[in-house]
Amino acid sequence: MGIYPYLVAAWLAGVGFYGVITSRNYVHLVVCLTVIQASTYVLLLSVGFVNGGQAPIFADVPSTSVVVDPVVQALSLTDVVVEATVMALLLALVVQAKKRFGNVDPDSVNRMRG
Amino acid sequence: MSQLPPLAVGVPLLVAALLAVVHPLLTRTVSDLVATVTALATAVMCLLMLVHVGSGLEIYWFGGWHPRGNLAIGIDFAVDPLGAGLASLVSVLMVLALVFSTRHLEVEQPYYHVLMLIFMAGMVGFSLSGDLFNMFVMFEVLSVAAVALVAYKIHERAALEGGLNFAVINTIGAFLFLLGIALIYSRTGALNLAQIGHFLHHSGNDRVVVIAFTLIVAAVLIKAAAVPFHFWLADAYAVALTPVCLLLAGAMSEIGIFGLARVYFAAFQPALGGSAPVLRAIFVGVGLLTALWGAVMAYVQDHLKRLLAFVTISFVGIFLCGVGLLSADGVSGTAVDVLADGFNKALLFACAGIIQHRLARLSQERLHGCGRHLRLTGPLFLAGGLLISSLPPFGPFLGKSMIEDAAIKAGYGFVPALIMLASGICGAAVIRAWARIFRGWGRAHEHAEDTSDEETEAEANEAQDRTPAVMLAPAVLLLIGTVAVGVWFGFADLAAKGGQRFVDFAQYHAGVYGAHVPQAGGSSDAPKFYDYLYCGGATLIALGLAALSLWGARLSRRWNDLTESASALLLPVRRLHSGRIGDYTAAVALGTGVLAALMILTLN
Repeated sequence: MGIYPYLVAAWLAGVGFYGVITSRNYVHLVVCLTVIQASTYVLLLSVGFVNGGQAPIFADVPSTSVVVDPVVQALSLTDVVVEATVMALLLALVVQAKKRFGNVDPDSVNRMRG
Repeated sequence: MSQLPPLAVGVPLLVAALLAVVHPLLTRTVSDLVATVTALATAVMCLLMLVHVGSGLEIYWFGGWHPRGNLAIGIDFAVDPLGAGLASLVSVLMVLALVFSTRHLEVEQPYYHVLMLIFMAGMVGFSLSGDLFNMFVMFEVLSVAAVALVAYKIHERAALEGGLNFAVINTIGAFLFLLGIALIYSRTGALNLAQIGHFLHHSGNDRVVVIAFTLIVAAVLIKAAAVPFHFWLADAYAVALTPVCLLLAGAMSEIGIFGLARVYFAAFQPALGGSAPVLRAIFVGVGLLTALWGAVMAYVQDHLKRLLAFVTISFVGIFLCGVGLLSADGVSGTAVDVLADGFNKALLFACAGIIQHRLARLSQERLHGCGRHLRLTGPLFLAGGLLISSLPPFGPFLGKSMIEDAAIKAGYGFVPALIMLASGICGAAVIRAWARIFRGWGRAHEHAEDTSDEETEAEANEAQDRTPAVMLAPAVLLLIGTVAVGVWFGFADLAAKGGQRFVDFAQYHAGVYGAHVPQAGGSSDAPKFYDYLYCGGATLIALGLAALSLWGARLSRRWNDLTESASALLLPVRRLHSGRIGDYTAAVALGTGVLAALMILTLN
């Protein structure tokens, strides 16, 4: 696969950062965060990819066969679970912002400055 | 093998889960009691670990999966004196915070207690972890709990925004951490810190290793809040519940610094140790910038908790200087300073909490002279301010003198002067706040009209008539702790041994792979005369600056022009703290980019 998955990961991270920086809507902002997060999945999975490798389940393939790295898959899975919690929490806060203050624009606020 | 390390994390998590399930059966008092006792049990376990490990190293492999050959197939907790010490600091502060919060009216059981216990478990787990991915998971556990705690006063706009800023920036930090982990795994095939280090020892470094290190450093610096990754901190700490602030300022920022030190010394040192002078320059540079930036921003704040938040940032910079010297002395000095200033900052936040409880305000201008009748809180606050300016010979003085000695030894002779300046300005900000609030000195209501939108709501609905003993007692204990760190020189020796053990990669690696690690030797030097000069100088700067700022206008008519031009000069810096997530994220991206460019160009 060569360099391509790394380029995809970099692109996703870059686009996600651009989205978070320019966002005018908290929901949009949280979705942009998940785009950055997607780059971590792509990077992790491409790190463990082996050309011609099989799924690392040794129940039905011989233990000498070439498989992809199961560790990064476990990491991705853990990452999915952990970040699902974070996103749920963030969206819950956004819902509260909408409910109590009537808008979801990060810029229209009455905040502490300086 | 001792079973304490997993229990110190598992017990609070388990109790938190149980509390969440059975809370309908419990009254508030019972929840308070259960949470406090659990925190106390964790503190005892951490202190037992600290005593047991001495200055050695103990490894716990989960499920008994010991390494096979050179392969760490399991996940380990590596208990060393500094890690166990930080875990002890976290859990002791948690006990005090939970005691402090028993009279808090806004606290609703059971969620508050559940979150506090998870927060503590995450921090303890991070301090003990010997595995990079496990560090990431603990990083997230403690972040999620901390975000929920910061945004706890959900009906308050500032709290909600502070929570959101905190959550978004720290989540970005977590992604950077994970990207770094993926890259270093791709190079070394390992997640265990010692195994990564072992691999890098033989392979040396290359660009991927450097980028991975940069990403992880950026992540932990976001947590620690070093400039330019620090913007979220002031928004979050200023609005959190006071007992939560005790933990945030006293321990969570330090967790980031600890993460940096752990990752460097246990994993990346073999590859990057050859370029230590370059790294040292980068870390000390960022540290000094953070120290001064935080100090100046603290000096211009009106909101008391926001002022203390910037003091926290300033001190993170000093810790970063200490750790960034990449020497055993620097690490030991930082350990002492983290302990002393952790207590001290928690003391000041506790005083702020008492002020908020009694007077229902936090704006210095509005509180002008209102605190005259708080006969116990005033002296505590003043003591905190003097200690912030590293008044000899107490705890913060000892910590800073050790960092300064280490800096001079490493050839950074100008560091002590800048640390003196930073802690002097921080001290001035706190002492001036004391003079205004508790004595009513200086002019009243200078800018009262533009502080209206900076006021957070009181934590009790209205001002209370009495300060509860459960609020005063933790503050007094914190003051005793801060003072004791400096008075009993045993701490310095313990930290010196701990620092030796912490930076020794060969012994760390051997210990993880099953060898017995001997107790470290070494002892600390007594503070030298110039340490007294530097730290006494900081106290004098603090007192002088506070006095000038209160009465400078009486001395000379030029003073007002001077302050006005100074604040005009400072305005662009203040404007950077815009409260916008987009701006903060841009700063993080820029900081990471600059850090990456610096490291790629200079490390080879």
